[in-house]
Amino acid sequence: MSWLSPALQDLLIEALWDTALMVGASAAIAVLIGLPIALLLHATAPGGLAPNAWLNRPLGLVVNATRSTPFIILMVAIVPFTRLVAGTSIGTGAAIVPLAIAATAFLARLFENALREVDPGVIEAARAMGATRMQIVAKVLVPEALPGLVAATTVALVSLVGFSAMAGAVGGGGLGDLGIRFGYQRFMPEVMATVVVILIVFVQALQSLGDWLVRRLSHR
Amino acid sequence: MADAMPDTPSPVAISLDRLSKRFARGNTLALDDVSISVREGEVFGIVGRSGAGKSTLIRSVNLLERPDSGGVTVLGQDLLALDDAGLRAARRGIGMVFQHFNLHSRRTVAENVAFPLEVAGLPAAERRARVAEILPLVGLEGKRDAYPAQLSGGQKQRVGIARALASRPRILLCDEATSALDPETTREILALIRDLRARLDLTVLLITHEMAVVKAICDRVAVMEAGRVIEEGPVFSVFTRPEHPTTRSFVAEVIGHGVPASTLSRLPLPRAGEKRRLAQVVFTGPNSTRAVVSEASRDYGLDINIVSGRVDDIAGEPFGVMALAAYGPDPAIDAAFAWMRSLGLTVTEIAP
Repeated sequence: MSWLSPALQDLLIEALWDTALMVGASAAIAVLIGLPIALLLHATAPGGLAPNAWLNRPLGLVVNATRSTPFIILMVAIVPFTRLVAGTSIGTGAAIVPLAIAATAFLARLFENALREVDPGVIEAARAMGATRMQIVAKVLVPEALPGLVAATTVALVSLVGFSAMAGAVGGGGLGDLGIRFGYQRFMPEVMATVVVILIVFVQALQSLGDWLVRRLSHR
Repeated sequence: MADAMPDTPSPVAISLDRLSKRFARGNTLALDDVSISVREGEVFGIVGRSGAGKSTLIRSVNLLERPDSGGVTVLGQDLLALDDAGLRAARRGIGMVFQHFNLHSRRTVAENVAFPLEVAGLPAAERRARVAEILPLVGLEGKRDAYPAQLSGGQKQRVGIARALASRPRILLCDEATSALDPETTREILALIRDLRARLDLTVLLITHEMAVVKAICDRVAVMEAGRVIEEGPVFSVFTRPEHPTTRSFVAEVIGHGVPASTLSRLPLPRAGEKRRLAQVVFTGPNSTRAVVSEASRDYGLDINIVSGRVDDIAGEPFGVMALAAYGPDPAIDAAFAWMRSLGLTVTEIAP
């Protein structure tokens, strides 16, 4: 990267690390919280393992409300919560909080769709064999949906790379922030081009990894 | 098979007592006061068109579908009185095979078969031993590590059967188990079920829309229509003496009756003063081998034209079906048909 000064090269590497950290950490949180929410949505839906409209509807509403709020607005709106969790509302660490919340709602819905794709006949067969509801979830629903869950996580990771570019608005770092500050505000097209190329490669790598994993996991 | 049935009736394995079930969606009555008892060791078939309620009926045996009213007793146990844990334990004693196999796509054959054992909490070593024992029974010992997507339909159903029998149930429910298979594979799977029934002392309850399945494997049959059982009895008598029109049309699918219009148009017309009457005659019982046609012709002065005929067997009992065109005066034909009936044959006149 001889077209960039050593100082810029350091900034770029730091930005790449910040992006990876923001995307990775928020995705990990989103998977951990999003999957139970998706299972709850799936189980409490009409015809599910434990139908319960009083739980299903409000939960679906919260997920949808979060999903329909534009990320830049969500980020600002939850600043008090971010401060509570992260101790501060600015910086890369603080940016993880709104990213994780947006990704959780996004993933909960994608995960729910993946669970819905599981053949209901297989679940019925498990019931006929005397499986408990927990066994059905752990031994049938999640394993059968696994390729779909991984595909959904890949989609979420790619979206998170895009969302993380807005983290600069709350003082977070990352490639998007670098591109805005140097490429756009200081008009350094070589920085902008480098950032864009790195982002493309980054997203492509995530997608390929996800696709490879889905292929390995599914036996259709 | 009929000859495998002892003379004294075996104890009742499955008793469905006055089941009714109404589905809120469409407000349809899927089961309308249906009672059925299946005796230990028999293969009982429920036949009906789609929407007749047979699927709801078989699913109420293990309470996948809870009836609105009525009683479900399996091997002496009142299933409706059980709590969740009790019901799960009872379900492990009732194997079930499905039309679309319902295998886990991400588990191998061996892992699929082990699933009910896993659910029952058996240790891994015992699961492996049981899987190794049961796969050869269904002819799949060479496919233990294959995934369902790598198997043919017939092989998938063999896995389904092995899985259903893994926890050594005494009852096997077959929910249209052969309906997704081609005729050749259907025959293989039915032969397998019949073989396993004998080897493992199973009681089999199956539902199907194909009378050929009933003919091939069942001892007794119930015919369902609009949520009710309209006819029930040993397969041989239902086939040879169907009473309800729906049963007749089911039976006709397999043993065929009626005369094609093209054949009819080629039959000679009756002479002046004579009548031509067509009848289907089913030959069963001790007189089935008598020279009925020539005797009737000689004794009643009729000309009898054999339009079609064949010999078949149901549940191991042979019987013949013949379509006859009788020519002669009406009273003589009446007398000849009455004489045939007195021999125990079933004579059904066919509209010409």
